[in-house]
Amino acid sequence: MHELVKLLDKNGLIFAFLVVGFIMYVSYIASKRLTNNKIPGAAIAISAGLIIAYFGGDKGLASVSAFSGMALLGGSMLRDFSIVGTAMGASLTEIKKTGLIGLLCLVLGTIIAFFTGGTIGYLMGYTDAKSFATIGAGACTFIVGPVTGSAVGASSDVIAISIAIGVLKSILVTIITPFIANKLGIDNPQSAMIFGGLVGSTSGVSAGLAATDVKLVPYGALTATFHTAVGCLLCPSILYFIVNYYL
Amino acid sequence: MKIFGVAILAACFLVGHFIGEELGRFFNLSGNLGGVGIAMLLLVLLNHYLKKKEILKPETESGILFWSTMYIPVVVAMSATQNVKAALSGGWAAILVAIIATAACYALIPLISRMAKNSQSYKPESNA
Repeated sequence: MHELVKLLDKNGLIFAFLVVGFIMYVSYIASKRLTNNKIPGAAIAISAGLIIAYFGGDKGLASVSAFSGMALLGGSMLRDFSIVGTAMGASLTEIKKTGLIGLLCLVLGTIIAFFTGGTIGYLMGYTDAKSFATIGAGACTFIVGPVTGSAVGASSDVIAISIAIGVLKSILVTIITPFIANKLGIDNPQSAMIFGGLVGSTSGVSAGLAATDVKLVPYGALTATFHTAVGCLLCPSILYFIVNYYL
Repeated sequence: MKIFGVAILAACFLVGHFIGEELGRFFNLSGNLGGVGIAMLLLVLLNHYLKKKEILKPETESGILFWSTMYIPVVVAMSATQNVKAALSGGWAAILVAIIATAACYALIPLISRMAKNSQSYKPESNA
C-alpha cells in the first residue's frame, strides 16, 4: 500500500489524468442514465469535484497523499493554458459585435458586485470603509478581494472572508449557470460575453458555461478574465475612495 | 505537426501573461491584470490571420484544439482541489454576500442582452 502511494505521488499528474477521467466517465453515465441528459455530464463532474474537495484538506483532494497531482492538473498554469486554447473556437466578428457593451458589462458588473457585497457586509456589522471595500471586492472575484484588502489595509479576517465570498461565488456560478442559462438567454456568443463580463469569476463562468454549452466557453471566459483586471483596478481606487468619503 | 500548434498556444499564453504582469506592475498591483484575456485575444487574432492567409494546417490546429478540449477535465480537477471547507466556514456573512451579489449580477444579464440586441438592430439603419 505504502509503495503504491509512493508510486502514485511520484507520477502525480499521470494519476490525476486517470482520476479525472474516471470522475468524468461516471458523471457522464450518471447524466445519461439518471437524468436522461437533462443535467449535463460536465456539470455533474464539476459538482462531484467540489463535493470530493469538501472531504479533502485546504487543497481539497490534493491534500490527500497519492492525489497531490490533482493540484497540478487543476492548478492555474494548466487551467489558463486550456482556457487560452478555447479561444480557437471564438470568432473575431462575434467578439467585435459585443465590443463596447462587453466593456460596459465589465465596469457595471464590478460596481454592482462591489456595492451589493459591501452593503450586505455593512448590514452584518462590517461598517468601516476598509471592510466595506474588501468585502465588496470579494464579491467580484476571490482575487480582487485580497488584492483590494491588502491595498487598503483591511484586517486579515476580513480578507479571509473576502476570499471565501469569491470562492463561494465561483462555486455558485458553476452550479447554477447550467440550470438558468436558458431562462437568462445565455445561448449565443454575445450573451455569453455579457454574462462573463457581468459575473466575472473566470473559473465559475467557464465551468458553468462548459456545463451549459461548450461552444460558449471562449466568449464568456474572454470577458470574465478581464473582470478580475477591472476589479483590481477600480475596487482599491475609485470605489474605495467613494466608500471612504461616505462612511 | 501537432507540436507547432501547442507551441503557438504556449507563445500566446506567455506573451499574454507577460503583458498582464507588466500592466499589474504599472498600476502597482500585485498580480496579473487580464493576462489570460490578452493571451486569448492574441490567439483569436492569430487564428483569424493564419486562416485568412490559409497557412494554418489542420494538423497544427489540432495541437491547439487538444488543449482546449482538456478544459473541462482541468476544471473538474480544479474544483476537486478547492478549499471548499474554508469557503463554507467563512460564515453567514460570506454565504449571504456571495448569494446576493451573484444574484444581482445575474439579474442584469437579460437587461443588457436586450440592450445589446436593440443597439444591434439599430446599427444597420444608422450605417445606411
